[in-house]
Amino acid sequence: MALLQINQLTKAFGGVQALGGVDFHIDEGTIVSVIGPNGAGKTSFFNVISGLFPPDSGEILFDGDNLAHHQPNEITRRGIARTFQNVRLFPNLTVLENVMVGQHCRTKEGMWGTILQTKAQREEEKRIEENAKEVLSFFGSRLAGYRYDQPAFVLSYANRRRLEIARAMATEPRLLLLDEPTAGMNPRETVELTELIGELRDERGLTVVVIEHDMKVVEHVSDRVVVLDHGVKIAEGDYESVSTNDDVIEAYLGRPAEAG
Amino acid sequence: MIDLKRVRTFGLIAGGTLSFVAAIGMVESFNERTLINPGITMGLLLILGIAAVFGYIVAAGKPNPLVETARDSRSGGIAGGLTGAIAGVVTSLFVLFVDTFDVSEFFPNMREPLVEAMTFELGVPVGLLVLTAVVTATAAAGGAFHGMSDSFRAGMSRALGWVVAFALFELVVSEILDFADPLVDLIYAPRGGLQPWAAVIIGALAWWLSTRYKGRGEAFTERVKDSEAGSRLRRSVILFGVAAVIILPMIVGGVVNELLITSGLFILMGLGLNIVVGLAGLLDLGYVAFFAVGAYGTAILTSPSSPAFAPGLSWWIALPIVMVLAAIAGLFVGTPVIRMRGDYLAIVTLGFGEIVRILLLSDWLTPIFGGAQGITRIPGIPVPGAGTISGTDPQLFIYFTFMFVLLAAYISYRAQNSRIGRSWAAMREDEDVAEAIGISTVQAKLLAFVTGAVIASFAGALFSAKVGTVFTNSFDVLVSIIILVVVIVGGMGSIRGVVVGALVLIGILGGPKSPGLLAEFSEFKLLIYGALLVYMMLKRPEGLLPSVRRSRELHGEDLTQDAWLDKGGDFTGDSAEEEATT
Repeated sequence: MALLQINQLTKAFGGVQALGGVDFHIDEGTIVSVIGPNGAGKTSFFNVISGLFPPDSGEILFDGDNLAHHQPNEITRRGIARTFQNVRLFPNLTVLENVMVGQHCRTKEGMWGTILQTKAQREEEKRIEENAKEVLSFFGSRLAGYRYDQPAFVLSYANRRRLEIARAMATEPRLLLLDEPTAGMNPRETVELTELIGELRDERGLTVVVIEHDMKVVEHVSDRVVVLDHGVKIAEGDYESVSTNDDVIEAYLGRPAEAG
Repeated sequence: MIDLKRVRTFGLIAGGTLSFVAAIGMVESFNERTLINPGITMGLLLILGIAAVFGYIVAAGKPNPLVETARDSRSGGIAGGLTGAIAGVVTSLFVLFVDTFDVSEFFPNMREPLVEAMTFELGVPVGLLVLTAVVTATAAAGGAFHGMSDSFRAGMSRALGWVVAFALFELVVSEILDFADPLVDLIYAPRGGLQPWAAVIIGALAWWLSTRYKGRGEAFTERVKDSEAGSRLRRSVILFGVAAVIILPMIVGGVVNELLITSGLFILMGLGLNIVVGLAGLLDLGYVAFFAVGAYGTAILTSPSSPAFAPGLSWWIALPIVMVLAAIAGLFVGTPVIRMRGDYLAIVTLGFGEIVRILLLSDWLTPIFGGAQGITRIPGIPVPGAGTISGTDPQLFIYFTFMFVLLAAYISYRAQNSRIGRSWAAMREDEDVAEAIGISTVQAKLLAFVTGAVIASFAGALFSAKVGTVFTNSFDVLVSIIILVVVIVGGMGSIRGVVVGALVLIGILGGPKSPGLLAEFSEFKLLIYGALLVYMMLKRPEGLLPSVRRSRELHGEDLTQDAWLDKGGDFTGDSAEEEATT
């Protein structure tokens, strides 16, 4: 069975039908890219899955449970983590703190433990820090060492994207939703990140849904590609079949001129 | 080069300020306090201070980080002097106006005593000339001061600062030096004020010490900051602090202890509100409600004359019950407002605060809370072997205040650097994202409200035991506002900041109902609070002793820009670094 199975998902904002009955599924341990022209409903798709907006109708079955109308924190706790298109870090927290916050839903010490400094609390704090450092080590030395204590806002754009992925990884998800992870990166950084996304699947066993505009990235990482346009799925399949699909070409480039 | 436009602008502002402080009666009432025995009063200090500050500002020029300001004492002095002359003339015209026309019907302070105070009792034509001359000279001195060498400036400001401090805080100094009575008599004149030669000696000593031990203080603070937790240096500093806190109440007298207790209660409430506003970012304008729950809860549970229900419990048994009540109140206020943000939250909590006060005062609940009569005969805190300690014994009561302040500071400190504190910080920065990465913002908000409420209930319980009676007018909205001002002025999110903010605002200037160390200020304290708040918002929004995170937030943009420039642009810097590491 698919890890995430979405049936007839709809969401309208006023008169705009952002999602018009999308069916979607992703198997455990695979990477699926969601592509489509601007305004196709890709980010809305992520927002509804991650619970930021409740869907109007439809089912979001994650591991068999329907997650529609759950609180975002509950959805994250069940194992779906995400990043944002317009990088949304906690800019004044340090790099390490940003990732440590991600461990919140996997830890439990409350006020009493904190005040009384119980052994369990101190060990948990230590574990949170170790886990955070471990996650950051996924990006090599880029976010390690002296970077730990820097506030997130001093980071370069590419590092902010990396940090956001690290924060999502720290929630120990099974499914990771990456919203344009390579946007704003230079070609070299893009290549590097593409490889890391592959590693997320191969080494960490994560299931990944990627929204991406860079077709080289899509080609390289995807096990399957889903194309959205006007809130409707217009094509899916492997990269080859999708990239030659007439509907997809039309959605991106418009209808070809009749004459000529 | 003298910027004449700036001179004119600031001259007029200075003249306006001087006229304003005269018009509200500040100079007159400050004149009742002698600082240095013959003649130098606090009112005179006010006039001189305003003149000197404006002279300095004009000489300093427009702040421009790109250009090193020229430091030239001659042109600075001239600019300051011109500013002072304009200010003096404006003020003189104002005094002349008051002298000629009688407007005391509308402005009760604008009468003969004002003219006398502003003309140094020399009468109108002569006194005004003297006033103008004095203001001009002081402003010129202030302007020239800007151009002096750094060591002169440091020495001079230390010397003046210490003399003024000794003069202003005569009460504290003489109480601390109580054991050496003859010394006190040497320093201070019998009817108040420093002896002139004592002022000279203190000033000279301060100057000498500042040059002799230049930079040592800063170096020492740095060393303490860098030292590891648990190191010997840090331990001895902490030990010294604890010893000072234990010994201080013994050597100062009742009045100062009383002030310290009041400040302590506000530190407590400030720390509680700091959790809600500073850490969790929830603007609560009705915080006094939790203070009221603590105070009234203790009153009902301990007082034998509580109207409806008087179990007459011991304070120590009442305390945990009151804490639970406050926690429930925190949940009660927190739950309905959980989905509100920013301004809406502020308005609703403001309403809640007033609802609590009005309910306590209402006829409907008078049988329980005593209405306008309040609840009286609240016993103090029973201590085995020492009887019952209440506000009549400030020297002992203050230790209870210290104890709870320490407890609240400890709770804040631990919470701040833990999983909970991080979730609050995340929520404050971006609520949606915090929710999306798995933080239950509902839980985090309620936890902040409840923790804040419980800390306020400590303050309420102490307040009841100290004063012995509770009335609703101790819990009006002004208290909420002042606690918030304490937190903002001290530095949001900063424990040290709250302590300093409360000591300065409540201890020195005075709380909402009680005068501070400078009793002369009490009439004007709201004005000063307001002025201070405006100044802080403009110049130092992160507070006196800011928390690291908060100052990042408020100056973050500049820093980002700098960091970006330092790296020579975004991506290049990043890949250059990669080259270095691979």
